[in-house]
Amino acid sequence: MQAYRWHRYFSRLWMGAVFLFFYLPLLFLVVFSFNSTRQDSEFTGFSLRWYQALGQDTRLVEGFLLSFNVALLSATLATILATMAAYALIRFGAFKGRSLFNAMLSSPLVMPEVIIGLSLLLLFVAMERGLGWPERGATTIVLGHALLGMAYATVVIQSRLKEMDRSIEEAALDLGCRPYQVFFLVTLPNISQALVAAWLLTFTLSFDDVVISEFLSGPGVTTLPQVIFSYARRGVNPSIYAAATLLMAVVSLAVVLYGVHTARQMRRENFRPLD
Amino acid sequence: MLGLERLFLRRGRLMVLGVPWFWLLLFFAVPFFILLRISVTDMGEQLNPFAPLIEVKAGHFSLHLKFSHYVSLILDPESGWGQTLYIEAYFLSVRYALLTTCLCLFFGYPFAYFLARSPSNVRPLLLLMVMLPFWTSFLLRVYAWKGLLADQGLINHLLLMVGLTDEPVQMLYNDISMLVGMTYVYLPFMVLPLYANLVKLDVRLLEAAQDLGATPWKSFWLITVPMSRAGIVAGSILVFIPCLGEFVIPSLLGGAENIMIGRVVWDEMFSSNNWPRASALSIVLILGVVIPLAWFNQRLAHKVAQEGR
Repeated sequence: MQAYRWHRYFSRLWMGAVFLFFYLPLLFLVVFSFNSTRQDSEFTGFSLRWYQALGQDTRLVEGFLLSFNVALLSATLATILATMAAYALIRFGAFKGRSLFNAMLSSPLVMPEVIIGLSLLLLFVAMERGLGWPERGATTIVLGHALLGMAYATVVIQSRLKEMDRSIEEAALDLGCRPYQVFFLVTLPNISQALVAAWLLTFTLSFDDVVISEFLSGPGVTTLPQVIFSYARRGVNPSIYAAATLLMAVVSLAVVLYGVHTARQMRRENFRPLD
Repeated sequence: MLGLERLFLRRGRLMVLGVPWFWLLLFFAVPFFILLRISVTDMGEQLNPFAPLIEVKAGHFSLHLKFSHYVSLILDPESGWGQTLYIEAYFLSVRYALLTTCLCLFFGYPFAYFLARSPSNVRPLLLLMVMLPFWTSFLLRVYAWKGLLADQGLINHLLLMVGLTDEPVQMLYNDISMLVGMTYVYLPFMVLPLYANLVKLDVRLLEAAQDLGATPWKSFWLITVPMSRAGIVAGSILVFIPCLGEFVIPSLLGGAENIMIGRVVWDEMFSSNNWPRASALSIVLILGVVIPLAWFNQRLAHKVAQEGR
């Protein structure tokens, strides 16, 4: 029994240390966003001046709006493409070129982002010369993020499709549904949770990405991470800490709301037999 | 009627498969070939960033293949073979990626193990706590380390207070800040696949080992570790490959000496405007590291799947 107690202490210590490592930088960001001076080593006093500076910083605000729109579009595009790809992989059985398709689909997962960015940049330059489209800017960033996001989204949707009960699709077919009706009325509602998860994942990927945006953005187009990156390289700027703190507040709030929502849903499902 | 239905079905199938095929060909396969093609040409004249590959002169086609950019990666005109900045950058990238993978495994394996053995009612909360930092900007989390590791920063303050050192330790813009930053960013990528693997481990195997007289330590090394090999490999690859091409962390936390290949590709492309060399560097990275590792991973997954049967 002595050994087990030792094991328990050790495991708590180890996990605590790793969690401290995970959360120390976040704590740092929050604390120093309220600092009254530019110093980032000593807390000189409480103030909200960096939050005020944040609202007046047009580059940050514009960057945020651009990032938000880019993430919306690319997440939607990636989720639609990933749904098609996952459906083809799971439902179509063995088709010609399946392994090549699968390899191309998943390789952005293991490709360094710098290479994805560079090769897409070269493609867009060639396309712009040949076809006059697309101009480097928000469009090219959306396309780049959609390519990366599609790889992740396919993994999520594929695993849900795999475990979905096929017999309900067959039943719908037997009852006279057209194949496209089966897809929209039976398959999609059944995998809707996976679609939401995939969309959220690709949204955050896009919203957070700096490397692909750096390669694909054009003159005058800078996403929020790009603005932050350029500030960060120049030195300390507590406005960024304030932005990070706000972001964390939003995320924590969303997580809490989601937790409350699922808890409520579970309770409702448990009570269903009564009503 | 049935014929028409079948036609629609075939059309639908074609579309569902065709759209992603077209997308992947256009945005994944074609760029790769453009990369390959630019890497074997010279830099262009005047404003052209690269020279044409096939030229028609007086009715003759001529093919211009130039491997000079591949040679220039390993040959420096002044200091000779193997003395180039590029080799150093590749070497340093592999070194940082390997060290980061080892650090992540060292800290991540016990963590994932304890996570998998924690009571099942707190496990979702702990998992959520691992993933929560993901949702704050990656850039900002890296940036925070700049403040923490500075000469006047919190960590140095603590070290001075405890009395471990008499003067601030230089931790920023060198190996320490690089490794701390990379371990910090990639540790969850190691923990999550390991956790997914370890949580499936059949506890009866460990009980059987205990019944047969094995110490916990021994059964850990003889059962838990070998059984979680697939998770170790998956986690290591998820850490190693993105680390190799890392671009942001060396820019923020690295000094002039901490060059990595992602940074070099960027500089060749945008500072020296040498598109062929940037392409050649990427091709070498893909062929030399990414494809072999992906192949190795797939083979191992296949093997594990067969053993499982």
